[in-house]
Amino acid sequence: MSDLIRASLDHCVKCTICESFCPVSQVTPLFPGPKYAGPQAERYRGIGVSPDSSIDYCSGCGICTTVCPQDVKIAEINSRARAKLWEERGIPLRNQLIARPSVLGRLGNPVAPLANWALHNRAVRSLVQSVIGVHRDAPMPRFAGRTFQKRSRTHAGAADAPAVVYFHGCGTNFYEPILGEMVVAVLEHNGFRVIIPRQDCCGLPLQSNGNFPAARSYVRRLVANLAPYARQGLPIVANSTSCGLMLKREAHEILGMDDEDLKAVSGSMFDLMEFLLGLHDRGELRTDFGSLPLTVPYHAPCQQRGHGIGKPALDLLALVPDLDTIELEVDCCGIAGTYGLKKEKYEISMAVGKRLFDDIRATGSDIAACDSETCRWQIAHGADVSAVHPVELLHRAYGLDTNGSRRAHAGAAGRRERSGS
Amino acid sequence: MSSLEADVLVIGGGSTGAGVARDAALRGFTTILVERRDLVDGTTGRFHGLLHSGGRYAVKDPSAAVECIAENRILRRVAADCLEDTGGLFVATPWDDPDYGDLFVKGCEATGVPAEEIPVAEALRREPRLNAEIRRAFVVPDAALDPWKLVWGCARSAEQHGARILPYHRVLDLEVVDQRVLGALVRDEHSGEEFRIHSKVVVNAAGAWAGQIATLAGCVVNVRAGMGVMIAMNHRIVNSAVNRLKFPADGDILLPLRTACVIGTTDVFVPDPDDTEIGRDAVDLLLDEGEKLVPGFREARALHAWAGVRPLFEDTRDVAETRDVTRSHALLDHMAREGVAGFVTITGGKTTTFRLMAEVAVDAVCRQLGVERRCTTAEEPLPGSESHTLYGLDTRLAAREPVPQSEEIICECELITRSRLEQTIKRRATTNLDDIRRLLRLAMGPCQGGFCIYRATGILHHGDRVDHTEANRALVSFLEERWKGLHPILHGDQLRQARLDDWIFQGILDVEHLPA
Repeated sequence: MSDLIRASLDHCVKCTICESFCPVSQVTPLFPGPKYAGPQAERYRGIGVSPDSSIDYCSGCGICTTVCPQDVKIAEINSRARAKLWEERGIPLRNQLIARPSVLGRLGNPVAPLANWALHNRAVRSLVQSVIGVHRDAPMPRFAGRTFQKRSRTHAGAADAPAVVYFHGCGTNFYEPILGEMVVAVLEHNGFRVIIPRQDCCGLPLQSNGNFPAARSYVRRLVANLAPYARQGLPIVANSTSCGLMLKREAHEILGMDDEDLKAVSGSMFDLMEFLLGLHDRGELRTDFGSLPLTVPYHAPCQQRGHGIGKPALDLLALVPDLDTIELEVDCCGIAGTYGLKKEKYEISMAVGKRLFDDIRATGSDIAACDSETCRWQIAHGADVSAVHPVELLHRAYGLDTNGSRRAHAGAAGRRERSGS
Repeated sequence: MSSLEADVLVIGGGSTGAGVARDAALRGFTTILVERRDLVDGTTGRFHGLLHSGGRYAVKDPSAAVECIAENRILRRVAADCLEDTGGLFVATPWDDPDYGDLFVKGCEATGVPAEEIPVAEALRREPRLNAEIRRAFVVPDAALDPWKLVWGCARSAEQHGARILPYHRVLDLEVVDQRVLGALVRDEHSGEEFRIHSKVVVNAAGAWAGQIATLAGCVVNVRAGMGVMIAMNHRIVNSAVNRLKFPADGDILLPLRTACVIGTTDVFVPDPDDTEIGRDAVDLLLDEGEKLVPGFREARALHAWAGVRPLFEDTRDVAETRDVTRSHALLDHMAREGVAGFVTITGGKTTTFRLMAEVAVDAVCRQLGVERRCTTAEEPLPGSESHTLYGLDTRLAAREPVPQSEEIICECELITRSRLEQTIKRRATTNLDDIRRLLRLAMGPCQGGFCIYRATGILHHGDRVDHTEANRALVSFLEERWKGLHPILHGDQLRQARLDDWIFQGILDVEHLPA
């Protein structure tokens, strides 16, 4: 399989469409661009380690592969080259740490108040920047204290309803459990029983930080938990676009995994918005939406476009009376998972996102919608707005928001805090 | 009519001629080399690029095998910068005679070619795309040889020792007086000027054209032209030279050469070494043989096909199969053969043994001149190879790395910067972009010039030397030359590329109607 990724470089006709869409090479000379680093440089990569360490400045957003009209697996070639680079040089401690969200979550959540104080304290963050290399201004979510898994353990749905399996991912579990509850509520509102299997990280951050062996272990563990449901024919829905994509496509295409469990899970995996729009297409989605007089700019994250499903959130939000969405045309917010956290890449990440932030601000709205958690955290940080998952708007429009507050939780993607807390 | 004087006049600018010129110059002879076209434009520039370990000849032609391994070791020292240490494999596919492996082992032992058998699993680990059905695998010290660097390295070294290297100088006649060759009448193909070169000895190193040259001195050299077709694939499908474990036959070598991968070759007698039409059957045969080595080979992108002509020397007539002709070289002293003094022909052989051929030729020159001067080409490194560091595939990528976007790249596939191109155009003082291609690998990547050649033409025209008419001509003649190697393999990805290139050149630039 991995050879087919490499072999896809044969399809490149040098049209340069990928280069003109690459958000990173547009703002920094440190990354030479996807065509250069991908189908071109790959021809210079033999058995040894490649000399082009500039590959590490690829954020892995995947836009190049999405826009390539010749089906060159540019981002995948680059991911593999990056992994080989780090395999040779040894992955820095920083990258090993930030690539394990579930480990961080298990450490941070029990001491959430302290951890949150520390992660948002200037002095501590300066220290972290100099010792570990995580940029002191990079957006950090807040530990929720009680994980989604714990919160949902006592939750019982209607036993006789058709079942759907919920893959919530680490972001929901440790930082945004209330988002997870909204997902469950929306699915139940549509007549489903939501199964929430035990689950750990999908390995994506490890993959994008070049630790393929560890990433594969995470994938294997996760799909072992999910595969029995897939084999029963149950759909699996994910509200994290990147984690969903990992199981749909990337574990196979980038990590080269061909496990039977993975195949079963890949075939049953739906992005949450894709799933809901599918229901609507079949006339099965409840459309008892109440009025939501809001104007919300919407950003489709890069990884969501990797699903190849269009922008289902826009179609769904259009069903809500009085809700205006503004489709943002900038491709990337810059964060690319853990990329923008790194001290040497933070400025690049913010420069990539600048046009998006400007466009959001220009709408005058103090809320923006985006499917991916790390992108929401970046948008909240860069554009100084509340960033919500589109399902949160559906949740409100369905009137499921029992306490009536505009944001049900002090979400991680809340507006940037200005005080020196 | 002006004239030049030299001890030694070398005819032929391939590896043999350049090797002879260098050897003669190093031994202190005043030397002139003439070549009717550009250096490395003939057989040497059209071979597959394999520096043989000798394994290929270990069973069939043991003396050739002995020469190959000896020269292989020497060239790794003196021509290091022209070589990449890819290593080589001999693998037995299900189509190959299973008994040949044992003959191979015996042959290698007898000829001193190091061949180590490795488990099939290990061979597949090294070369994951190889056919998993292979039954045996041997590791040999093959290497990839860059013929352009090699010949230009020899030419520069010869110049450093006083030689004159004259590409685009065609020999019109040899001057023979009283059974002695006194020199040649040559024509500068650029200026049209004709002049004489007087020499003490003429070395005929014209390869497959050696018979034509010998005729000018009234001598007979039976060199037959064995045409071989090769196809370059778009990227390295293998990283080591892969040979089939069987008697040498068509399409049994697949080797990495710089950024590409070459499958070769075929072998057909052609009456005229300048007439090498690539037939569809040859292309099909090579792709089929490639498929046996690497499943999926036919779907991989073929970049370019070309044909070279081996000089196959025969002293007896009626040889039906060119592969039965020895691959060892032939030194013909025409004094001994026909009583013609001052004339030596060196032909046959192969690029791997070019240095040895040059040595024996210049030894013959010494004998003719009655002097004894020792050959030093086995010790003296070529310019650029002084550190004995072998070339690495990633050299060009590494050179760009410190500041990847620091300079404009003209040829993106082969990573040629604007300054490198400008310097080379200036140094060669040529208007022929194909000359530049051979020096820099310009336009030899996937797009085959689609994006770089109009840029290079603009740069050529940018100085004062080349007016728009000449620049336009350079562009069109380059495209015509590239097309010869493209049309035989056009399918799949390369066809798509050719369509895009066609839109650029016909649609945007309208190259067939450029102002003259």
